[in-house]
Amino acid sequence: MALSDELVMARPVERVETRRIGAGWRVAGYVALALAVLVIGLPVYWTVIAAFKESGEIYRIPPTWVPQNPTLANFPAAWEAAPFGRYYLNSIITTALGVAAEVTLAVLSAYALAFVRFPRKDLVFLLLLAALMVPAEITIVPNYLTIARLGWINSYAGIIVPGAAIAYGTFLLRQAFLALPYEVIEAARVDGAGTLGILSKIVVPMAQPAIVTMGLLSLVGKWNEFLWPLIVTNTSNMRTLPIGIYWLRNSEGLTDWGVVMAGSLFLIIPVLVGFLWAQRYIVDGIAAGAVKG
Amino acid sequence: MAQRSLARRPATPRERREWLLFVLLIGPNLLLFAIFTYWPLLYNLYLSFVRWNFLRPTKPFVGLDNYIDVFTNRQFWAIVGNTVTFAVWSVGLTLLLGLALALLINQPLRYRNVARAVLFSPVIMSGAVVAVVWSYIFDPRYGLLDQLLGFVGLNSPDWLNSPTWAMPAVIIVYVWKNLGYAVVIYLAGLQGIPRELYDAARVDGAGAWARFWNVTLPGLSPVAFFLSVTSILATFQSFDIVKVLTNGGPANATSTLILYLYELGFVSYDAGEAGVVAVVLFLIMLVLTLIQVRYLERQVSYG
Repeated sequence: MALSDELVMARPVERVETRRIGAGWRVAGYVALALAVLVIGLPVYWTVIAAFKESGEIYRIPPTWVPQNPTLANFPAAWEAAPFGRYYLNSIITTALGVAAEVTLAVLSAYALAFVRFPRKDLVFLLLLAALMVPAEITIVPNYLTIARLGWINSYAGIIVPGAAIAYGTFLLRQAFLALPYEVIEAARVDGAGTLGILSKIVVPMAQPAIVTMGLLSLVGKWNEFLWPLIVTNTSNMRTLPIGIYWLRNSEGLTDWGVVMAGSLFLIIPVLVGFLWAQRYIVDGIAAGAVKG
Repeated sequence: MAQRSLARRPATPRERREWLLFVLLIGPNLLLFAIFTYWPLLYNLYLSFVRWNFLRPTKPFVGLDNYIDVFTNRQFWAIVGNTVTFAVWSVGLTLLLGLALALLINQPLRYRNVARAVLFSPVIMSGAVVAVVWSYIFDPRYGLLDQLLGFVGLNSPDWLNSPTWAMPAVIIVYVWKNLGYAVVIYLAGLQGIPRELYDAARVDGAGAWARFWNVTLPGLSPVAFFLSVTSILATFQSFDIVKVLTNGGPANATSTLILYLYELGFVSYDAGEAGVVAVVLFLIMLVLTLIQVRYLERQVSYG
């Protein structure tokens, strides 16, 4: 299978070259590193300073690099220009339930594939592999019709359910489960533990790093999802944060960038804080799928 | 599979219980895939042969009319062209810049883990908010880019409203957001190149440049291949940045196939033509995915 046996890599980069590099090259290296960080970081800096500028200063030419009279007024203005409280609630609910559904389905499916006997397992494997090859983007019209028929337009179920099935995570966890020491599982079974007991007391705790990584990847995906929630909601009170900031830009963008940038920070700050906290898991997980472990 | 021979003789109750357990565990996942993945695939195909506006009670069969309409529409081919331009430039720039940055971060420099984190951070941001932030940066009078271009004596074009500059703007944003992904994947590839190869090359008297050409680049080629295929696939699926930044405009200059599918389905309510575009898009991505799977299989069997 395509996925790696273990989650490798990108913890702090290890030294490949042990020899020291020359001082000239080192300076050039630092300059290049600083330049790269500057190019990636500058747009975020620009967003932050705009959020703290007064409206008059934003539309002053030439623009200022540091807010002259820093103000917090843009934040309550953004909070009132769009129902951000409601957007947060919608995003948190759909993300939490969406991730919970994906992780649960992936754990159950992976356990079945790894440990439970079945005569046509190869066929099931193939079905899951096929699902991996159908991008969700091309299913939007039929799925919209299905959700409409179910009466789920503008509902959490409508946002969550079509994206709940998971193939990639299933394969990722199956690999992790197969790497567990089988004797431990067999011993528990001999001791009379049922499937749920083995799952919750042995498999899930032992494969926890893989499950956390899979869950975080799922979390990032669900939190940022744009196309499907855009299609399946058409009232302001059901929008999630990415849809909400899009509408805020469309309504306020030309008149007040400060408010829009403050609203953008409502989305950016929690994600950056979460990233700092879970960086290793996320980066490892993304690298793991790519390079055979 | 070894289990298959078991099916020839009557199954024992114990085996039957295990099969039932298997179905119970994997059933919900497969059922959801059946409803929201396999069925839409078939239904798209069906829609591509009927005329329907989402409201009429009947869907008259029109044969290949929708296909003919789409394939003879010059707008469709312009959009295919946009999609390819977007994919080639985005992927090309991401792969080249990503390689350069990965090689840099792989050097024994301080703060490189900080740099890697900064470079990666846009990857996990929402494409919608990234596009919102950049629509301010591209503002021709008050934006960051106008300011920076002013330092070198240039005037900023009206990026998002210019048929010439809108596509470069979309590509810039896409590369800015996804560069860190390529860097992380390349770094993983670099760390996977056995140290002995470098030592052996050094013993043979190879300089830094020769080591790069004969050890690093060949060692990275599997990773680069993986990156190029997955990145092309990702550009074909990319919706949020284009939708929010330009909405496909001006005059369709940045419209891509996925945006076109969305507009046919949810703006002009042409289910038949939307079906055609969905089928086309699926076939393109299927070919790309199959290339990737074949490659990964080879990787696994040789590795």
